[in-house]
Amino acid sequence: MALTAEEKRKLAQIAKELRVTIIDVMAWSGGAHVGGSLSIVEILTMLYFKYLNIDPKDPDMEDRDRFILSKGHAAAGYIPALAKRGYFPEEELKSFNHFRSPFAMHPDSKKIRGCDASAGSLGHGLSMAVGLGLAAKYLKKDWKTVCLMGDGECCEGSVWEAAMSAAHFKLDNVIGIVDRNKLMIDGTTEQVMALEPFADKWRDFGWKVLEVDGHDLDALDDAFAEAWSAEGVPTLILANTVKGKGVDFMENNVVYHYASADSAVCEQAKEQILKGGE
Amino acid sequence: MAVITGTNWNAYDGATMTAREIYGRTLAHMAEYNDKIVGLTADLEKTTAIKFFADKFPERFYNVGIAEQNMFGIAAGLAKAGLIPFASTMAIFATMRAGEQVRTDIAYQNLPVKIIATHAGISFGHAGTTHHCTEDFAIMRAIPNMTVICPADGIETSKAVQACVDIPGPVYVRIGRGFEPPCHENDQYDFEIGKAITMRDGTDFTIICCGIAVLQAMNAARTLAENDGLSVRVINMHTIKPIDREAIIKAVMDTRRILTIEEHNVLGGLGDAVGSVIAESGKGCVFRKHGMQDVFSEIGYAEDLYAYYGFDANGIVDKVREMMGMEFEADESWEDE
Repeated sequence: MALTAEEKRKLAQIAKELRVTIIDVMAWSGGAHVGGSLSIVEILTMLYFKYLNIDPKDPDMEDRDRFILSKGHAAAGYIPALAKRGYFPEEELKSFNHFRSPFAMHPDSKKIRGCDASAGSLGHGLSMAVGLGLAAKYLKKDWKTVCLMGDGECCEGSVWEAAMSAAHFKLDNVIGIVDRNKLMIDGTTEQVMALEPFADKWRDFGWKVLEVDGHDLDALDDAFAEAWSAEGVPTLILANTVKGKGVDFMENNVVYHYASADSAVCEQAKEQILKGGE
Repeated sequence: MAVITGTNWNAYDGATMTAREIYGRTLAHMAEYNDKIVGLTADLEKTTAIKFFADKFPERFYNVGIAEQNMFGIAAGLAKAGLIPFASTMAIFATMRAGEQVRTDIAYQNLPVKIIATHAGISFGHAGTTHHCTEDFAIMRAIPNMTVICPADGIETSKAVQACVDIPGPVYVRIGRGFEPPCHENDQYDFEIGKAITMRDGTDFTIICCGIAVLQAMNAARTLAENDGLSVRVINMHTIKPIDREAIIKAVMDTRRILTIEEHNVLGGLGDAVGSVIAESGKGCVFRKHGMQDVFSEIGYAEDLYAYYGFDANGIVDKVREMMGMEFEADESWEDE
């Protein structure tokens, strides 16, 4: 069912707040993977505020949907999303990266309430998602496992081992998302290691591919609805995004893959985010 | 406790079955009583003998093809859902090809994945050095949360496989091809992870060993008793981590001469684990590490390689005789301990 105007307004507001918090985390932590965190804001918002069946009061709920941030370096987007969803107070985000904090550049499932998997060494998440998908089938459970990957991450061969197996085992309960922001540390994906024809690669590996604008809440809503009712094959949502989305000087700018910024720059970024979409 | 009942050990004949086959049969047997057990392999279900489980429980067995990284990642996911995965491949692939998945996906998240690795050491000698694995103890020992076990024979493999289900975290069980004769006559002995077994007591010398070396060390001890009048203790250190410190220190105090034997590089394995305990104890003794001397192994059938590297009884006897002639500095406070 399509988003109502009210739903959309609320989700857009959450996305906006999440972007502001990402900038805050960049300031508090002394540096963050801000570009690839800003690019997944709408995806995280749709998952954590509409699609995932989860309970922040019971993070280990047996029949919850599982989420794996395989592109773990986007923890600066993911961990604030967990806070906003109510797993822990947002105030705690101020410890990000600091001595004995539960929060670092990459998420730790043993330390973060609501975090289903430690990940961030790229190319690991989808295999774990396949394991969870197989477990759900064996245990005859209906929960889904969602795995968010980076596009640059798909250079890793293990991604394709996992992709092959998800299709082989007919895991329609596994939903992959690729944050197709087209940039990696050393340049564009096509310069560094060409991924195109990227959607075809996933199709050839036996996945149903839904290509969407990863910042369009309606488009994401349609894609998730379709993925949630998949039968027989795993679904890959190829989300075309903009790295650094929402802050013009960060957008499509490799410098903001990982960056720190002084308070003036942070204020400027937040101002832009708050004005955006109005 | 492991949910094992009615195990008929006559069915698992250590004299006629390989350690691998006993593993596969044990797992299949355990799974009858424990529906959380699931199995994985990477195109080696016959080779690792997990096929005995696979044939009986196809609905909870996953062959992922030749993709070990994926297999251990999948095992982590299965464990996250509360299951107890047994994942089997050759030691070289478990510890190196998929080393990071084992470390980060499994051990870092302290998941109860049981890695039953076969063809370890130089047991698959004629496969060539690409398929030998004499580095796995060093790698697995260095990973926090990991328990490392090297059973002495098929009977002990069965006991280790049963015992590891009760460990809440990851376990690495290392077996060879398992064609060697058993060193245990039957299963009527206590096996406890982390607790060494004194196979033969002695007062002049101690051999601390694991895996296929245990039987050879016992044969060597017998020869040394008959021909040299030496009383040699043989300790089966089946658990490399956590190591049985007490057994080591007692051996130092009682015999003052210690030889470790492992089908592994002498760097980072059993010998270094034992050596660290001795060094930290502050007690002087004659100590040597017998194993692969930081070289890649030659090619050949396992029994030829074992003889070449001195892992057979003759090689061990020579080592012991050599060490009996060595001096060590006695500790002044020795008698007070």
